[in-house]
Amino acid sequence: MSANGQRTVTWLPEIRTGRFDGALSGDADPAEISGYPDHPPRMGFFTDTSVCIGCKACEVACKEWNHVPEDGLNLLGMSYDNTGGLGADTWRHVAFIEQRKPVAMQDAGVHHEGADVLGLIPEGSGTPPEAATMTPTTPGAANDLRWLMSSDVCKHCTNAACLDVCPTGSLFRTEFGTVVVQEDICNGCGYCIPACPYGVIDQRKGDGRAWKCTLCYDRLSDGMEPACAKACPTNSIQFGPLDELRERADRRVGELREAGVADARLYGRDPDDGVGGDGAFFLLLDEPEVYGLPPDPVVTTRDIPSMWRHVGAAAGVMAAGAAAAFAAAVWGGHR
Amino acid sequence: MAECHPVGFQWVMEAKARGATVIHVDPRFTRTSALADLHVPLRAGTDIAFLGGIVNYVLSNDKYFREYVVNYTNAATIISEEFKDTEDLDGVFSGFDADQRSYDTQTWQYEDAETQAASGERDELYEDRAQKASVSEAGRGEAHGSGGAHVSPPHTDPTLEHPRCVFQILKRHYARYTPEMVEQICGVPRDTFRRVCEHVTESSGRDRTTAWVYSVGWTQHTVGVQYIRTAAVLQSLLGNMGRTGGGIVALRGHASIQGSTDIPTLFNLLPGYIPMPHAHGNEDLETFVAAEGTDKGYWAAMRSYMVSLLKAWWGPAATPESDFCFDYLPRLTGSHSTYETVMAQLAGDCKGYFLMGENPAVGSANAKLQRLGLAALDWLVVRDFSLIESATFWKDGPEIETGELKTEDIGTEVFFMPAAAHTEKSGSFTNTQRLLQWHHQAIEPAGDARSELWFMYHLGRKLRAKLAGSTDATDRPLLDLTWDYPTSGETAEPEAEAVLAEINGFNGDGEPLTSYEQLNGDGSTACGCWIYCGVYTNGVNQASRRKPAREQSWIAPEWGWAWPANRRILYNRASADPDGKPWSERKALVWWDEEKASWQGHDIPDFAADKSPHYRPPHGATGAEALSGIDPFVMQADGKAWLYAPAGLTDGPLPAHYEPQDSPFPNLLYKQQRNPVRQVLPFKHPDNRLQPSGGQPGSDVFPYVATTYRLTEHHTAGGMSRWVPYLAELQPGFFCEVSPELAAERGLEHLGWATIVTARNVIEARVLVTERITPLTVQGRTLHQVGIPYHWGGNGYSTGDPANDLVELSLDPNSHIQETKAFACDIRPGRRPRGPARPAFVRDYQRKAGITEDTGTEI
Amino acid sequence: MSQSDVTKEGLRGERPDREAMTGVNVPRRWRGKRRAEQPMVPPAEFTSYYGKPIINQPVWESPDIPGYLFLGGLAGGCSLLAAGSDLTGRPTLGKTVKTSAVAAGALSVVALVHDLGRPGRFLNMMRVFKVTSPMSVGSWLLGGYVPAAGVAALTALTGRLPRLGAAATAGSALLGPAVASYTAALISNTAVPAWHDGYPEMPFVFTGSGMMAAGGLGMTTALLPGTGPDETTPARYLAVLGAAMEIAAFERMEHRIGMTAEPYSEGKGGKYVKAGKLLAAAGTAGTLLSAPGLAGRLLPGRVRRALAAASGATLVVASAATRWGIYHAGMASAGDPKYTVVPQRQRLNERARADGAAGGSGG
Repeated sequence: MSANGQRTVTWLPEIRTGRFDGALSGDADPAEISGYPDHPPRMGFFTDTSVCIGCKACEVACKEWNHVPEDGLNLLGMSYDNTGGLGADTWRHVAFIEQRKPVAMQDAGVHHEGADVLGLIPEGSGTPPEAATMTPTTPGAANDLRWLMSSDVCKHCTNAACLDVCPTGSLFRTEFGTVVVQEDICNGCGYCIPACPYGVIDQRKGDGRAWKCTLCYDRLSDGMEPACAKACPTNSIQFGPLDELRERADRRVGELREAGVADARLYGRDPDDGVGGDGAFFLLLDEPEVYGLPPDPVVTTRDIPSMWRHVGAAAGVMAAGAAAAFAAAVWGGHR
Repeated sequence: MAECHPVGFQWVMEAKARGATVIHVDPRFTRTSALADLHVPLRAGTDIAFLGGIVNYVLSNDKYFREYVVNYTNAATIISEEFKDTEDLDGVFSGFDADQRSYDTQTWQYEDAETQAASGERDELYEDRAQKASVSEAGRGEAHGSGGAHVSPPHTDPTLEHPRCVFQILKRHYARYTPEMVEQICGVPRDTFRRVCEHVTESSGRDRTTAWVYSVGWTQHTVGVQYIRTAAVLQSLLGNMGRTGGGIVALRGHASIQGSTDIPTLFNLLPGYIPMPHAHGNEDLETFVAAEGTDKGYWAAMRSYMVSLLKAWWGPAATPESDFCFDYLPRLTGSHSTYETVMAQLAGDCKGYFLMGENPAVGSANAKLQRLGLAALDWLVVRDFSLIESATFWKDGPEIETGELKTEDIGTEVFFMPAAAHTEKSGSFTNTQRLLQWHHQAIEPAGDARSELWFMYHLGRKLRAKLAGSTDATDRPLLDLTWDYPTSGETAEPEAEAVLAEINGFNGDGEPLTSYEQLNGDGSTACGCWIYCGVYTNGVNQASRRKPAREQSWIAPEWGWAWPANRRILYNRASADPDGKPWSERKALVWWDEEKASWQGHDIPDFAADKSPHYRPPHGATGAEALSGIDPFVMQADGKAWLYAPAGLTDGPLPAHYEPQDSPFPNLLYKQQRNPVRQVLPFKHPDNRLQPSGGQPGSDVFPYVATTYRLTEHHTAGGMSRWVPYLAELQPGFFCEVSPELAAERGLEHLGWATIVTARNVIEARVLVTERITPLTVQGRTLHQVGIPYHWGGNGYSTGDPANDLVELSLDPNSHIQETKAFACDIRPGRRPRGPARPAFVRDYQRKAGITEDTGTEI
Repeated sequence: MSQSDVTKEGLRGERPDREAMTGVNVPRRWRGKRRAEQPMVPPAEFTSYYGKPIINQPVWESPDIPGYLFLGGLAGGCSLLAAGSDLTGRPTLGKTVKTSAVAAGALSVVALVHDLGRPGRFLNMMRVFKVTSPMSVGSWLLGGYVPAAGVAALTALTGRLPRLGAAATAGSALLGPAVASYTAALISNTAVPAWHDGYPEMPFVFTGSGMMAAGGLGMTTALLPGTGPDETTPARYLAVLGAAMEIAAFERMEHRIGMTAEPYSEGKGGKYVKAGKLLAAAGTAGTLLSAPGLAGRLLPGRVRRALAAASGATLVVASAATRWGIYHAGMASAGDPKYTVVPQRQRLNERARADGAAGGSGG
């Protein structure tokens, strides 16, 4: 792949730039720091869930283009979500959440005074379906109902833990500022998997390697937009230079709130958050955890300097302890 | 719409972005509801009561667009004295023949005028008009499109005060459709209903328009056509036809359903909505045209359309001497719709069957009856992507498992022909906007897969070769066909564009025609489908134009090609007032330009370009000349929008609410429970038992209302999706949707199994308990509805029981469409019985409900 | 209602579909009884997406990875004992711990490779050196340590090349503590709450555990014939010191990270951790009993040696139990969304309170 040329620089910069002391803030240019002197603008996704119709075209288009294997027929009972979540074989995932809440003034027309089912699902839409008597629903008024849909994807973090912890350099930063796995390098050590604060990247069964969204690196290289954005009929998935997307998103969230959609908020847009901002960020209509997203993700390698310091100290104590043990033995007259 | 037409839904989102209010009326809270401003759940099968209630609101609150109504509709027209409304006859119209179960529509006519239908059943008055005795029973068929009128202008009362004028009849007819009645029948709370009425009326008139979008949720009923008629009445009253942002948008189930009625796969139509001739005595071209054609409007030229069609098919053989081979056309002897064909299969009359991209064993009503019909054939040809249920019913169908059929007893010889996908062939799709869009072949079909075009062309070629030299006159129609399409490639694929060129038509010198106005009745022109004339203008495939929107006007005339004449909005003269000025400066579509003395606009005017708004026809004028400057509905008999349909419908000039065939509720509006002329008698069969309705004893055995539908993730009967892992995994199995209240009442468990039963059959489905399904209060009691997607069958990657096993055969008398969208059922926890216990289980339910072969067949 | 016009000139005020608004056009008008309604259950204090974990569970398997953690600590500790033995002339102890060190070191590498999805590509670890990746650092570390420990052991057993042996012993002793402790950074440098939040104490737990294990192993040499009572004294001291350090660091960690520490006291992880602590205590007690200076005097030599060896073995097992406990606790904390959501939510709320802004923008 075209990245091979830059492969060597894709892992060095952390050291060159002292990146590992958590220096890289969101406004920094990841591609620049990763050794692309002149490179295209940082590209990303703005997924506006307020116009998502849950058609799942993104899931299908992604699998078709990237040859991601089909991964089983399971009726999950999680509303219309039978995919479950992101993983090695799911790079776009549409979440479906049923809630007893209105979208702005929307009148759902339903009426469920008769049903005392909600008492059985104390965690609301967070209840596992098998533990619920119905599609888990967030408690609320009996005549309120909204159906949230949201297409999740790899966040292509500014500070990407998966990339930081990869011991082989298989994960690398592209000239577009995105994070991609080189499947010809990955040795399946699995370190990136628990490192990701979003639970995106995962190991493919029977293959052993780690897989995730490439933001269609191959398509980008040919000047095409990613398959999912291309397939999205309502422009819920918007692709483009991150700066433009952020401006557009700020405008959009303002308009929505003005129009009465009080709980509209941006997620992953803030360059100063725990991962330095996401390359793929979202407009949500509820708390992130409702969609299965961490409310305040932090790149684990932010703490790596401190970790090493503690490791050093512990190692020193160990050595000292051993020395002390022998000294004591000698002083104690046991030779 | 978001559920079944997600790509088209982007335009709804665009309308919302521009401030449009979206109201979704559906029993279920769907992906569409999620994006709507207001969701209005109602009892499946009650839309006429709902829409009729809005009509009543519009009339009784004077919310109609009076200037539009007076000038552009037939509101002022006086109706014959003999006409009696449902008001007078408690639910039936005058002319009802209880023995024939049909209407004599004579009494519905305009006073002292005799009107031919613009569409629908145009054969009703054949005898009188052809002055000949007919031996035919009407082949009643879906037929959109064009029509015209006989002479003698109808009597009118522009003040709309005359007691027998359409407006007054309409007022009386809908007076009983009160908000209280709507609440009782539909289960829609009064205040919700009032808000709908207010939004629809506030968004209609000079400056605003409202569009209605429907799909088979309206058509698949025993009164389906009247559902759409009610919307037509409403839209005409509100002045929403022929205008930007107005109209009634029909969403179809497939990519080219519109195309398949334009150039029909229907038994009773010829291309361009020319009716198929009946087996009337000694009929020839002249009498046919005299009977089916008109003197006024564009149907006056029917002879030209017909002769040009015959020339396209039989070329040199079609001469004045041979009556242009009119006798080569087959004749109708009655209704030969798909469901009558199934009965004919069971009766042993129909011995051979072609299934081209259709899966009746899953996708057609009473799928069991379909399978039994297939099992009674001599031969069956299935063209599809994979081995669908209709191709393997003989070895693994449900009836084999229950022992009702035995493989060794089934004589049907099945030929399976792998079909090419749309990416593997060139051709056109015609969408619901009448827009033809060309698709080019991207790859060669794999293996033996071939296009329909290839199959039909080479089948015809081989048949002709076999018959070559035959002297038998019955072989002439086949041997004289113009069957000379160029082919290419090693598979000898016919050139799709050559077929398009023939459809477009050409003159004596073989030059492509540009407009159907060039067609002649003397054999000097040939045209395969008159309404498509112009799609190959200058020998260029207009349907393949793909000029980006930003490079042309908003109406995008250079994207594809729309019939007729690349017109994007029909009857658009109605977007201007009687003087030709746009009703509103913010709704300008076409307008009369005094200087240029012609109609100008964004769209191609649907009006004679130079006909002044002030033109009035001289007495005795015929054809287009007979239409005045304020007759925007140029294809209509009188140039007006029909609030009242004096002809064209078999079940009444005005829509009236009737309960579905199987309904747990009595009809609150009339003594007449069901559509009195619905087609039910031809379908008496042990496997098509009907259920007691309303107050009848046994109706409580089936207390719930079920409706079938599609999911975004699958396509109709699943032939295109259940075999595709990427789609199957998104909706991996057959399920039903119920409310938490029903789940509690019946002990249904989320993700557990449910058994759903009707008088026809019993199926099982996984259960999704969701608040998106809401209980309704109907006629004082709580009604629970069951949602059943119908994609599944026994074959493929994702499997399940076919929902259509539950549905009865009882058809709309106009369109012969089954009532899949509303029927009564019972549901209980657990899986259904296996083997012989399955039919026994159904028989047991029939006993419990006291069902006989006559149950539900009452008038 | 529509704000875009179709004028004679063309469109005015059109907007793209992505600017569509939902639920803003129809004012709600509830009937009284509807408005009056309250939620039937109070809103849950924490929610998630159908109870699904937010982060992905590690694909690391037992016994590979817990074994890898344990063996690294054992090896590191042994190399320190080895150096000390050489310096203070304890050849028997020396031989034992040098052999154990290389065995444990090599085994830990085997465990690591065995756990790879593509073991054949183990050498890709050597394509890069990344300080942000403890696994990368560890691979290089082991790459240097195992050969050194190997040479140290060989020379000790054969008695050949004493100088080289001494250098190797010294080298492995220098790398030993790093080998024992870097694995703490390895697991802490993840999004697994129980692991990451414990990163300040984890290295001390690991080194303490390593000292305990190595010491315990050293004590077992008491069984070898001709082993004088003083031969294993440093091992005893090291073991007791390690046990104390492991337990203390662990206690401190659990106490500090609060609810995130639940998996260390509950479920499978909790069982192992508890067992580890009990075994450590028992082993320590046995060690003290068998100490020659103390009650050991009262015991016959054979019994004392047996007790010492048994106590040593117990401490080795205790160390292993702790590592398995930490492993399983991590898996559990990754598998339950509450360990990810609740602390982050608290953090946000505190920040919001600090900012004085309305809480929970989540962005």
